[in-house]
Amino acid sequence: MITRLFSLCLVLLCAVAGIAQAQQGPLRIEITEGVIEPLPFAVPSFQPESGEAGQMAVDLARVVSEDLVGSGLFREIPASAFISTVSDFNAPVQYADWKAINAQALITGAVNVSGNTLSVKFRLYDVFSGAELGSGLQFQGTVDGWRRMAHKVADAVYSRITGEGGYFDSRVVYVSETGPKDGRQKRLAVMDYDGANVRYLTDSTSIVLAPRFSPTGDRILYTSYESGFPRIYVLDIGSVQRRVLESADGTMSFAPRFSPSGQTVVYSLTQGGNTDIYTMDINTGQSVRLTNTPAIETAPSYSPDGSRIVFESDRSGTQQLYIMPASGGEAQRISFGEGRYGTPVWSPRGDLVAFTKQNKGRFHIGVMRLDGSEERLLTASFLDEGPTWAPNGRVIMFARETQGAGGSSSLYSVDISGRNLKPVRTQEGGSDPSWSPLQQ
Amino acid sequence: MNRILTSTLLIAALAVSACTNPDRFGADGMNGGGTMAPGGMIPGSANDPSSTAYFQQAVGDRVLFEVNQSNLTPAGQATLDGQATWLITNIDYQAIIEGHADEQGTREYNVALGARRANAAREYLISRGVAGNRLRVVSYGKERPIEVCSAEACYAKNRRAVTVLAGGLSS
Repeated sequence: MITRLFSLCLVLLCAVAGIAQAQQGPLRIEITEGVIEPLPFAVPSFQPESGEAGQMAVDLARVVSEDLVGSGLFREIPASAFISTVSDFNAPVQYADWKAINAQALITGAVNVSGNTLSVKFRLYDVFSGAELGSGLQFQGTVDGWRRMAHKVADAVYSRITGEGGYFDSRVVYVSETGPKDGRQKRLAVMDYDGANVRYLTDSTSIVLAPRFSPTGDRILYTSYESGFPRIYVLDIGSVQRRVLESADGTMSFAPRFSPSGQTVVYSLTQGGNTDIYTMDINTGQSVRLTNTPAIETAPSYSPDGSRIVFESDRSGTQQLYIMPASGGEAQRISFGEGRYGTPVWSPRGDLVAFTKQNKGRFHIGVMRLDGSEERLLTASFLDEGPTWAPNGRVIMFARETQGAGGSSSLYSVDISGRNLKPVRTQEGGSDPSWSPLQQ
Repeated sequence: MNRILTSTLLIAALAVSACTNPDRFGADGMNGGGTMAPGGMIPGSANDPSSTAYFQQAVGDRVLFEVNQSNLTPAGQATLDGQATWLITNIDYQAIIEGHADEQGTREYNVALGARRANAAREYLISRGVAGNRLRVVSYGKERPIEVCSAEACYAKNRRAVTVLAGGLSS
């Protein structure tokens, strides 16, 4: 039995997903087609293999299901409809019983708790083909980190069925908001992508804006007014230690993002009322000016290969999107539709740019190709803003502010097809989300 | 595979915690605690022409801007003329000019736009004889509205550059 189970290894996981892709049969979702009907699956409670694992076995299956259903691509068949029970992880599956309730996919699992070590095994079955899809996998982690084990299972299932990378084992750093519009309190928070395990990283003494994850997910850049002026800080999530990235007196710096290498920060610096884009070596503090116009140039974001930067500028008279080489130089305008375009973010897959669009008093989150073609608006509201990409480039999270004196901001997510728009659970209001890479 | 969309909304209620006595922003100033002076005038009050209260109320501490604009209106220039005269007379004060935007814009752009507005006010004051080293600028973008309705009546008041005094007798 153990020979069929593998310890967690990202490379292996990808390899397995690749095999699943190559062997594609009926159990397959093509995300790019825009999924109209979610695929029905069954996930019976996992099997506890040790005395302490009972509740964990139930909870793990629940989180796996929440992840899959939450993606909008899957639909859970309730346990009340089950004909078969799964009482042994290694027993043969009664395909007919699962077929009868139209469960196209069946996920089974087993859980072992030993001290603070949690082991989770799972198998994925293609019910209508009567075969296992990929091999069984085993993940090991801490009992405290049990939700991550569930996310890893869900990511593997998602990957095998869609052929795309998963995104459930990821985190989001954002600005947590309380209070009315004219007394808004803001502090940085980090949470699992689904809103669990919230941790606050700063207090709300000073305004904080737009935290951004490092490529390895262990540090964030953000803007704080703690000096009285906007300045960029880099914060270590583990230790919560932070340091300011120095900038000259009389300047303001904001809108930072890491380069894909994590060594360079691209950001905006304002001097004498004029805002341009700069880069800074995060270790030496040495900065390089990339744009030099009287226009506002801000919201820069690197391409995944680090060779180019997409940013917004009002050099044409209104906010529009441009792409320039990472070393600066001539920029190509890519947005030509009606309205104003801001906050561009390069997709982790490299194929699309997400943006905020303002047109006729409404705000939209949208995506376009790198040449500005195939613009697609995914949302519309009084104020949608600040998209961030899921690690697989298939889902976007953003902030939505409601109108009027009692208005507040909260986080939402939407597929790049425009489907599955839904709120993201946060304890308080939220804005400026930044999605982490998949955790290692 | 049949295809029907059941857009599953896993909606968890968004908990927006109740606000307890929040700080109000936008008062933009500090007034010295006044004590009655022999002459009857209260130092630091709006009657005292060298007070921050006088600057805020009689001179006018703020100028307003059109949508997406940072050029000064004639009314704004008149207010800044008064500020310049006052600052030249009251040489002990320094000022930070705060630039602000209304909520109808993206966050980063509004920080940059507020900086343009604050800088426009600063440049004007310098052109009227105020020493540049007395004037700093900061932009709050759309982070510190003073009016909260989502209508032009409020937006017009939020698109502002406010000259906040520091130093002087009341600091």
